[in-house]
Amino acid sequence: MTIRDRLSGNEAVAIAMKQINPDVMPAFPITPSTEIPQYFSQYVANGEVDTVFIPVESEHSAMSACIGSEGAGARTFTATSSCGLALMHEMLYVASSSRLPITLACVNRALTGPININNDHSDSMGSRDAGWIQIYSENNQEAYDNFIQAVRIAEHKDVMLPAMVCQDGFITSHAVENIELIEDEKVKAFVGEYEPEEFLLKSDSSIAIGPYDTANFYIEHKKQQAEAMVNVKAVALEVAAEFEKMTGRKYGLFETYKLEDADTALVIINSSAGTAKDAIDTLRAEGKKVGLLKIRLFRPFPKEEIAEALKHVKAIAVMDKCEGFSAAGGPLFAEVRSALYDLNEKPMTVNYIYGLGGRDVKTTDIESVYSDLDVIVESGKAGDTYRYLGVRE
Amino acid sequence: MAYNFKNEMCKPERLTGGHRMCAGCGAPVAVRGVLRALKEGDQAVIGNATGCLEVSTFMYPYTAWKDSYIHSAFENAGATISGVEAAYNAKKKRGKLDDTYKFIAFGGDGGTYDIGFQSLSGAMERGHDMVYVCYDNGAYMNTGIQRSSATPKFADTTTSPAGTEIPGKSQNRKDLADIMAAHNIPYVGQTTFLKNFKDLHEKSEKAIYTEGAAFLNVLAPCPRGWRYDESELMEICRLAVETCYWPLFEVINGEWKLSYKPKNKLPIEDFLRPQGRFKHIFKPGNEYMIKDIQEEVDRKWDQLLKKCGEL
Repeated sequence: MTIRDRLSGNEAVAIAMKQINPDVMPAFPITPSTEIPQYFSQYVANGEVDTVFIPVESEHSAMSACIGSEGAGARTFTATSSCGLALMHEMLYVASSSRLPITLACVNRALTGPININNDHSDSMGSRDAGWIQIYSENNQEAYDNFIQAVRIAEHKDVMLPAMVCQDGFITSHAVENIELIEDEKVKAFVGEYEPEEFLLKSDSSIAIGPYDTANFYIEHKKQQAEAMVNVKAVALEVAAEFEKMTGRKYGLFETYKLEDADTALVIINSSAGTAKDAIDTLRAEGKKVGLLKIRLFRPFPKEEIAEALKHVKAIAVMDKCEGFSAAGGPLFAEVRSALYDLNEKPMTVNYIYGLGGRDVKTTDIESVYSDLDVIVESGKAGDTYRYLGVRE
Repeated sequence: MAYNFKNEMCKPERLTGGHRMCAGCGAPVAVRGVLRALKEGDQAVIGNATGCLEVSTFMYPYTAWKDSYIHSAFENAGATISGVEAAYNAKKKRGKLDDTYKFIAFGGDGGTYDIGFQSLSGAMERGHDMVYVCYDNGAYMNTGIQRSSATPKFADTTTSPAGTEIPGKSQNRKDLADIMAAHNIPYVGQTTFLKNFKDLHEKSEKAIYTEGAAFLNVLAPCPRGWRYDESELMEICRLAVETCYWPLFEVINGEWKLSYKPKNKLPIEDFLRPQGRFKHIFKPGNEYMIKDIQEEVDRKWDQLLKKCGEL
């Protein structure tokens, strides 16, 4: 029997972690992910898990301890946000290149400059080239489901890469919503044991991790790492299929909403997809053919599948909750537009930077984007492709 | 069993030859000396900060390390090995591991006194059952002899060059062993290579087999940075001890204990003169520099004697 509950996104992820009962959890508090190590250390204190919790003195040390622990053959989780992820940046590359399938709960928050504790995606987007699998979640249910699946994907023998499961700070991390939890024993059976081939504490054998790698070998190692990332797509779908069998909840590389016959569409990440779906329902009731594509897997980026799903659309707005300061649009825009390049007939594509530092995004804001897309379709001209949504001028 | 030099030297090496460290370098001597204190049946996981030791002993696809070994970055050997130790405890708790492992991290003074200081402090405060060994050669030698907070005053390095206006490094060195002792960890030792290596061996043994966090500071001269003749490694270390530049002591559960008191404390010039990095202080007119260094050595030595109840 599934367990119906009402939980915040942070609590949902903490419960997923508790059900899996990892070997080690190093973590350092940072808003808005702080609750995850708080809940988890309470589980440890109450003996509900037998995980070794390491209350490290920084996120850099959190990721360093994750690397030591996972390298020693122990399943290891952590959680962070914003500047915490930025402080881990150097070590994210070490984790992925050492092929250590650490699972990290990333509660998305704006990066400092100026300091801001609210949601946008500048933290995880800043880590997009660090060699980590990135899975995004619209709501607390997805954050919970994705975390459980991420552990399986990361630890798969064809992958062996770390994964971060992202959700929107405060918007889903702190908002309490209905959720369906899976029974403990089913989660444990689904995730299974972590059994790496080689690790530091393997009895009667020793290994060395983290060599000085010269020009004679470095590029070959990077190619192997890149091939592992290529393998993720198939593994993610395989894991999702098994997950659907267990729960009835279906996951793909991305989600489409009323996209099949849409003339105009949005490509969007995380909680704003929920707002957009509501706007779509309103516009559809008015007879407008609008839809959306919600990114789930951003790393690896499923470019062929995304192009296939969007090829019939006349005009697309790619929504970036993150600046890239390329002066040409945000990171999601660059990737989506590049994916569409191989189509013979390309949809017109524009970019909106929106919601930075927690600026509210309302259904009316989304509706205004669809109106802009109508203008583009009618005029046949995309106009300025690099736009901001809801900025006071 | 009493220390027996010959027996110790006959043990199989846990850091094998063939690595690329320089002739006359103290770092591999420190490592081999520490690892000799491991009981032969005990396994170890070695952590290593980025530095000469790391890039010269584990160049893909070769490793000189017999034990399991992990390097991840420059500033985090303390945190990395604490993760390994936590994994060991988790596996023990779950009955997945029978063997006994010890956890030893090595870092140079750059990775320990400076960039890795926070990570080290955190690991010591949390009390992981581990030993952090600093091989202190008093500068960032791997990147080409830049000053660190372990560099002694007036030393000529590539970022504290002896110039016409500024005569080398302007500051005295940080006293890291003192700071580590202030963490109230069960064991802190300061040592170097002396005579038959008894002091290094016994302190390593105590550090490894004391439950909880332990710190060892090992003076490990660098012939490139200090500019001494490679064959003079042992003599340089002897002079460091006999001049009281590098006193040998330990702090066991907060109790300070002097390990060696020179019968005739030698003048600091004896330690400085064979080193090219101090060449400029022996020029006429620079006598005040030697006096300054001597005063600092005397001040620190008196302070130590007081802490150890010798005064």
